[in-house]
Amino acid sequence: MITAERKPIQEIMNLVSPYKNLLLVGCNECVTVCSAGGRKEVALLSSALQVAFMKSGRIVHIQEMTLERQCDPEYIEQLVPHIDSVDAVLSLACGCGVQEIARRFKEKMVFPGVNTKFMGASERPGVWAERCQGCGDCLLGVTGGICPIARCSKRLQNGPCGGSSKGKCEIGPDVDCAWQLIWDRLKALGLQERYETLLPAKNWRNGRGGGPRKIVREDLM
Amino acid sequence: MKTESVLERMFKAGHLAVTSECGPPRGALPEKVREKAEMLRGYVDAVNVTDNQTAMVRMSSLTACILIRQMGLHPILQMVTRDRNRLALQSDLLGAYAFDINTMLCLSGDHPHFGDHPTAANVYDLDSIQLIQTVHTMREHGKFQGGDDIANPPKMFIGAAANPFADPFELRVRRLAKKADAGADFIQTQCIYNLDKFEKWMEGVCKRRLHENLFIMAGITPLKSAGMARYMQKKVPGMDVPDELVKRLAALPKDKQAEEGITIAVEAIERLKKVEGVCGFHIMAIEWEHRVPEIVRRAGLYPRPAV
Amino acid sequence: MEDFEPVIVAFCCHYCAYTAADMAGSLRLCYPPNVKIIRVPCSGKVDTIHLMQAIKGGADGVYVAGCLEGDCHFKSGNAKAARRVVYAKRLLNDVGIEPERIEMIMMSAGMGERFAATAEEFTAKIRGMGPNPVKLMRATAIRDPHNVSPAHKESAAV
Repeated sequence: MITAERKPIQEIMNLVSPYKNLLLVGCNECVTVCSAGGRKEVALLSSALQVAFMKSGRIVHIQEMTLERQCDPEYIEQLVPHIDSVDAVLSLACGCGVQEIARRFKEKMVFPGVNTKFMGASERPGVWAERCQGCGDCLLGVTGGICPIARCSKRLQNGPCGGSSKGKCEIGPDVDCAWQLIWDRLKALGLQERYETLLPAKNWRNGRGGGPRKIVREDLM
Repeated sequence: MKTESVLERMFKAGHLAVTSECGPPRGALPEKVREKAEMLRGYVDAVNVTDNQTAMVRMSSLTACILIRQMGLHPILQMVTRDRNRLALQSDLLGAYAFDINTMLCLSGDHPHFGDHPTAANVYDLDSIQLIQTVHTMREHGKFQGGDDIANPPKMFIGAAANPFADPFELRVRRLAKKADAGADFIQTQCIYNLDKFEKWMEGVCKRRLHENLFIMAGITPLKSAGMARYMQKKVPGMDVPDELVKRLAALPKDKQAEEGITIAVEAIERLKKVEGVCGFHIMAIEWEHRVPEIVRRAGLYPRPAV
Repeated sequence: MEDFEPVIVAFCCHYCAYTAADMAGSLRLCYPPNVKIIRVPCSGKVDTIHLMQAIKGGADGVYVAGCLEGDCHFKSGNAKAARRVVYAKRLLNDVGIEPERIEMIMMSAGMGERFAATAEEFTAKIRGMGPNPVKLMRATAIRDPHNVSPAHKESAAV
């Protein structure tokens, strides 16, 4: 999923402070799963903001809505009946959702209420960790199902570097050494020899290096 | 000879090579570079010049290399892939070669997390092994990584690092094999304190006959004090300092510890000279360059042979 | 301010604090009428949003009363509630309200006296802190028609 984390309340307040009527929009997809921008977080942020504004002597009206998906134009249409009665939109979706709202409602300011973080998985309740950087040229097939691009701090394709210590990365004891994981997995699979395949300089053009990316499927148009 | 590198000549003549290190200053101070390098003149064959070591901004490695080359010494251009992409790395190599710098060391570099610009983006367009491959392709095929021909391709003697003490240990020989495959000519290792473990690693290296194609230089860093030993033991990732060494230093009064540190370094060199596959010593005396001549003399590596 | 009587909302677990309240009653123990009890099947049922809504709605203090550590009827509901209380406290701090207005309290079903004492102490503490600033603002806001948006006139007037 795409993970996100709520921005600090103060930052959100600074963003929306000129407005009196806000539409606070959540998304029922990834940000709901990572508890950053679903229905519940919309309600929580709404009450926190209202308390904060009341404390500073202001009444700000907040309409709450949570869309099935903010990254699809069909669902954005559901905001149409509400948009005229508000001064600005505060979106708790990932950056994709925020931009879809901005695209649809050209004359309405839209603010992000979360920081979009990464594509990750839930390790245990309350913990999400990065797993993929969308490099556009998946090499999990040669690295035993563990991604060195997303999970090695230096994204080394021929690791591990000299900073790997007791399975941990040199940047901190909370970070697993991706290459230790890769090696353990290759060993478990009996594929140790694969480690010695040299991965040549990567083609980053498939990733962000090639500029904004697009997928076109004519069969679906 | 693949290159005009003095280091290559030294190895091929069968001498034990000696290199040391010069960290460029954190300021536009060419005299500092010259001062440090001058201390090493006559005692080492070539001088490594670090590239924003520990992810702190310093005078560029290339510039300091040029200054050192102009003094008639032989610099080893260290290049980390953390700060520059493949375009910048290759253009710097052309520049280095234009100044008669013909020996380099390919590294990935410390993560910016450790340095003075922790908010910087890390580049890592290439990793160290891909950089070795790139430099090798430039030399052997006269082509850039992108495939175009190079007019007067730089003929670099290609070095790489190895840390026999990082984990997982069982990968350390295999990773060296990858560096050899990529085209590395020589290796400088991480500082060696645990001699037994190093010897075990070298056994693995020789068993795979990697020493036949790679000149391996053992890394030596003299310990200045018991405090430094403890710090290296506990705080520096991928460093293996045995307790006996810490105890040996700690048993002495503070003013005798530095002397003992030098003695330990000399003893290590004497023992490692006998290890199959060791072709030289890389003496990294961090901010202690002036003690390098003494270590070289006491270890019987002086005078340096002319090649 | 002198005659300020705080409104306290207490989310009480059915298996401990709520029963303890009963016990307090049968023991004829007095505790302040300020405490409005909401019975919940487990303290783990209380979400951060309930705590925040109570504060937003004008409660001067809120506490969650759950089972003693390790004694949750549903294994770990009380531990979860405790973590949510910590989160809500942080949120209150972020919005400039004293985090002490929300607390987690643990007790067993047999602790009738503790229930009464807790209610007494918490009420006294909140009385000392003064009213929830939001409550004051709500009162003025509702009197001032300029503060009410067209879309919300209705709900705000209620």
